[in-house]
Amino acid sequence: MHKLLASTHKEFLLLSRDIGAISILFLMPLVLIITITLIQDSTFKTVHDTKIPILIVDNDNGKVSKAVFDGLKNANSFEVIQKHNEDEAKDLVFSGSYQLAIIIPERLSSDLEYKINQNVEGIIEKFAMEESDSTETAPIKAIPSKEIKLYFDPASQIAFKTSVKNGIDKMISQIETASIYKAFQDQITDDPTETIFETDKFITFKEIMPLKDNKEIIPNSVQHNVPAWTLFAIFFIIVPLSINIVKEKSQGTFVRLRTNPVSYATVLGGKTVLYLVVCLVQFVLMLLVGTYLLPAIGLPQLDISGKLPLLFIVAFFAGLAAIGLGLLLGTIAKTQEQSAPFGATFVVILAAIGGVWVPVFIMPKFMQILSNISPMNWGLNAFYDVFLRNGSLLDILPEISLLLLFFILTMGFAIIYNEKKNAV
Amino acid sequence: MISIQQISKQYKGAEQYSVSNLDLSIEAQEIFGLLGPNGAGKTTLISILCALIEPTSGSFSIDGLTYKKHKNKLKQLIGIVPQEYALYPTLTAFENLKYFGSMYGLKGKSLDEKINNALEHLGLLQFAHKKIETFSGGMKRRINLIASILHNPKVLFLDEPTVGVDVQSKNVIIEFLQDLNKNGTTIIYTSHHLNEAELFCSRVAIIDHGKLVIKGEPKALISQHKGAHNLEDVFLSITGKALRDHA
Repeated sequence: MHKLLASTHKEFLLLSRDIGAISILFLMPLVLIITITLIQDSTFKTVHDTKIPILIVDNDNGKVSKAVFDGLKNANSFEVIQKHNEDEAKDLVFSGSYQLAIIIPERLSSDLEYKINQNVEGIIEKFAMEESDSTETAPIKAIPSKEIKLYFDPASQIAFKTSVKNGIDKMISQIETASIYKAFQDQITDDPTETIFETDKFITFKEIMPLKDNKEIIPNSVQHNVPAWTLFAIFFIIVPLSINIVKEKSQGTFVRLRTNPVSYATVLGGKTVLYLVVCLVQFVLMLLVGTYLLPAIGLPQLDISGKLPLLFIVAFFAGLAAIGLGLLLGTIAKTQEQSAPFGATFVVILAAIGGVWVPVFIMPKFMQILSNISPMNWGLNAFYDVFLRNGSLLDILPEISLLLLFFILTMGFAIIYNEKKNAV
Repeated sequence: MISIQQISKQYKGAEQYSVSNLDLSIEAQEIFGLLGPNGAGKTTLISILCALIEPTSGSFSIDGLTYKKHKNKLKQLIGIVPQEYALYPTLTAFENLKYFGSMYGLKGKSLDEKINNALEHLGLLQFAHKKIETFSGGMKRRINLIASILHNPKVLFLDEPTVGVDVQSKNVIIEFLQDLNKNGTTIIYTSHHLNEAELFCSRVAIIDHGKLVIKGEPKALISQHKGAHNLEDVFLSITGKALRDHA
């Protein structure tokens, strides 16, 4: 115990005098979490400070183009700029000046109205003929289908393209539906004030959230981002920790320790205790940022009420898993040039397959299977269980057990590897 | 005290043995010098005796103990002063010594006293609370030495303990080692400074190409070699004048 305490104290002294490591461990995660939350918050907000400028060429000048124009403006995501020439709009988009140009074809409104009226009249006539047994029908004028052209900047993300296409499609569908109702109304009655059809939405959506104290837990960008990026920061500890071990080897202090009557487990134990404290301090700082700093800069507040004990349990075990990985990497690596880039890249990979950046459910099947072996995925699920699903200790037990097992295995491998490599 | 039987060591991928079928015994309270040109196998032999590397074959014991059976007891028995400084540069001299002393189970006031006494003895007490990174080479060598003797080892291994230090530091180190020896510590040391070894060692062994070539008291070895005036002459007559560069 005395040797473990002495090792922990030594690690504390070493870390407290390494400004670079301290800034990596404490400052960078805070900068990271604030930056990411600020960026990602826009996807959760309905009101944006920044709007994407897009071009629209209105060759229709009818009610459909007006509805599209108003719909885009009301979406609050776009700054709609009108152009009069398709080629000019296309060039501007393809050169990267704008993300999108929408070209509305000529006579879209009038042709749509004509087509709908034609269809409705056809239906009405069909009913009339059935009643009168007549077989004569009015001649049908062929209306070619219309095409709304969308020019996207080649650098646009697929998600952006899909979302814009779906949005415009929805707007057109609504206009078509409204026009069909109107056409029937015009055919059935001459009084435009008479209500024949109930045009309000019959089917609506209601999102049901988990309840806590009879209040809904409504997730926001902070509730999503703080746990994800906190975990990312906790795992980044493997970089300074592995460097710390490699440094001991290159300084020769590790050789001295091998001649001392102290086990490698005790040496690693001292590092584990100190870096676990670092993880928990990191976690506290993240929570403080989420609770106090983010609301001060206009972001939602992190709600940790009643969740602190469980959150600390998750942070504790996630920290252990990260430390285990750092100890193993430091034990195997021979130089800082090996450990630092590998450590940093490996954390990014673990974060990617763990669902920190992209949710696991939208990953390809193989990656979804792979994500199950990422300790960051276990930690993230445990955090989400507490933050967003109102989970209990029992709910997070599988995840924290896996994190603990991961620590035991990595620590065990590190000790065995060291013993084998330096066996006498 | 130290009994070495048929020790050999061949590193992975190496064509030659670094140490080959070496037999040697060192008595208690000797100051024993392991001499030899670069790559002769001195550091390899010391590393084996300090449990840093495993011999390919052969065995050894220190005070009747072997590593396989008495690893921790043996580690408590020996001290090693490695060629590198083996200190934490950002810790002070006192913090370094306190930490390495703790690894031998030493603690509290008695450890503090031991550290202060050793620092005073080697002229470093006023620098106790300065960081190692600010020390000169000679000062680091002395701290390196103190870190290895706080637990009063019965056997002290020194690998080139005076390399790169000024004459004053070298004198202080040698005197300190002689005091330790007088108090019962067996000293095994490697060096390229043959004059230093001639004066300091009670016995020396010259190793070349991993094999023990000759051993004995320095004066006796000089007298056995015609035309030799000092240990350096003996050394050159045995190992030759060809350069021993290797990579």
